[in-house]
Amino acid sequence: MTLPSRSAIAGGVLFALLAVLPQLPLADWAIPANLLTELLILSILALGLNVILGTTGLLHLGIAAFYGIGCCIAGILTTSIFPFQTNFLVAMMVSAFGTALVGLILGAPVLRLRGDYLALVTLGFGQIVITVLLEFENITGGKKTLQGLFPPLLPFVSEGTLGRRGEWQSFPHFYYLCLGLLAIVYLGLGNLERSRLGRGLVAVREDELAAGAMGLNPARLKLSALAIGAGVAGLAGSLFAMHNTNTTEPQNSFNFNWSIIILAAIILGGLSSRAGVLWGVVLLMGFDKIVSRIIDDSLQAAAADGNAAFRLSNYRLMIFGLVLIVMMRFRPNGLLPERRGTSK
Amino acid sequence: MLPLLADGNSGNLFWELLVNGLVMGSLFALIALGYSLVYGIIELVNFAHGDLFMLGAAMTYTLTALAVSWFGVVTPGGMSFAIVLGLLLIVPFFCGGVNVVIDRVVYRPLRQSPRLVPLVSALGVSFVLVNIGQLWIGTAPVSLENKAQLVSDASLTQIGEVPIKWKDAVVLITVVPVMIGLTWLVKFTRMGKAMRATAQNLLAAQLMGIGVQRVIASTFFIGGYLAGLAAVVYTLKIGRIEYQMGFQNGLYAFTAAIVGGIGNIPGAVLGGLLLGFIYSFGWGYSQGNWVDALIFGVLIVLLIFRPTGLLGSRSREKV
Repeated sequence: MTLPSRSAIAGGVLFALLAVLPQLPLADWAIPANLLTELLILSILALGLNVILGTTGLLHLGIAAFYGIGCCIAGILTTSIFPFQTNFLVAMMVSAFGTALVGLILGAPVLRLRGDYLALVTLGFGQIVITVLLEFENITGGKKTLQGLFPPLLPFVSEGTLGRRGEWQSFPHFYYLCLGLLAIVYLGLGNLERSRLGRGLVAVREDELAAGAMGLNPARLKLSALAIGAGVAGLAGSLFAMHNTNTTEPQNSFNFNWSIIILAAIILGGLSSRAGVLWGVVLLMGFDKIVSRIIDDSLQAAAADGNAAFRLSNYRLMIFGLVLIVMMRFRPNGLLPERRGTSK
Repeated sequence: MLPLLADGNSGNLFWELLVNGLVMGSLFALIALGYSLVYGIIELVNFAHGDLFMLGAAMTYTLTALAVSWFGVVTPGGMSFAIVLGLLLIVPFFCGGVNVVIDRVVYRPLRQSPRLVPLVSALGVSFVLVNIGQLWIGTAPVSLENKAQLVSDASLTQIGEVPIKWKDAVVLITVVPVMIGLTWLVKFTRMGKAMRATAQNLLAAQLMGIGVQRVIASTFFIGGYLAGLAAVVYTLKIGRIEYQMGFQNGLYAFTAAIVGGIGNIPGAVLGGLLLGFIYSFGWGYSQGNWVDALIFGVLIVLLIFRPTGLLGSRSREKV
């Protein structure tokens, strides 16, 4: 019997931790429960970006746009003002596949571009998506957003046992739905990495010319990576829409900064190691959304009454930026680097 | 964001947008040169460059506020001319210095790393600079226009029926000599020769006895200097600055550098002007809503058909 690898242990520990988390007395520690759900959704988003950035090595700076597209598709399909009003599961599937399709359409023309140009085009695409989401108000809701999304219902549960009308929406239920989806994505992408396709992606990352010379088709592989990453991001977006019960204001939720923050989380944890990515998101976003808030409150209460210089939230971007700079300088492979050359 | 020039006088709208496009284009070109020079020499897309421009604008703002606190309300005239000259002297050096420090501290230790590494670092630097700007001038847009009118609102001259404003003239008066100076620097000086040699082949240049690190530092300085210059004239023209302006303008300028062919000086100028016109006409005819989409749409289409930009030469990827 072989011992489980380090990243398998790290991933297992994290999942166990996440599964126990809602059972702890969060309210006593002033941790808003729905932030934890958001953490899971961002983890799925990060896993999606990791397929593109970590496994395939394409610098993609517009992942937040796909998050937004997924969010919007789910909103359109479930909101009460449009005639679709589908089940959440259907909306989720359509979001994921629709976003993957958009990723494919974007990917096709940019395949020939080298790394830095690809970064710029994806960045520009992100800006275009924000404009489109804002301007086509009749479809996407624009600044006003699509309100009152239909919260997913728990199948096989009679009304009234869970929150209102047996909704998943109330805290621990939706949290566990997200956790389950995260686990499925996590394991699914693990299988992908060990498949023929996944090994091809890694080959393209390591050396595109050599991969081409060995008979792989780098263009097709890169396209698949872009589509898969976009699809996973779209899935995360649909969950985000349900989580907020509306399709949030595009300019704040899906902007360039979010793409970079997710990038920072991946880099912190370890490019292309899935367990590392999850730890990166949990550490960085957990710090950003939960720990820094608690520190802020106690700092303000203790010493610096209203003094903005002692408010950690004012240094948010600097913290993300420094994480990127310091990691690149001293540990470019992240805290939990991918082990290469070992058999699983 | 740029206030629209046209005031309902639709007969002249086209010409006004043309002038405005020329002015914005030369601003974009100045910033684009910073991207292009650095990329030409170490193949790094310096994502922080736009935010350096923003810090320059913040510096301009602070210095102007300082001048106002010393001399009281400033109106166009001798005093304002002196202040503008002072700004044009100080701010570019500030930006150039900051750029050199960033290169020394962040990018230089990463010279031997894979390409993705300094690129990600540059994104980190960009975030840090944005945060510094936010702490410096606050989150709301700031303006000193009611206290310090450094450049007159009046028209300098009139071409046909289109007035050329002082604010536009200042930009062109500053930018054109600088472009000529830069071309001279790169083409005819020892330093320029060293820069071209380093851009062509860093290792070979080093073997020929060129102090490559010093050349790279000078390149960063020149890039920063141009960004600082752009920041001063931008602030004089637009009047309102905010901490997020670096991202947007930097992105336009970087797009300009790529459209023209990155690493290519005339290309950056051409791309800047082209983008200035697209920007100006986009604003004029779509009320600003679609400018971003238009610019990046042009970029994507151009990259599909001419991946090396308008003036860029095709370089084969080395194995």
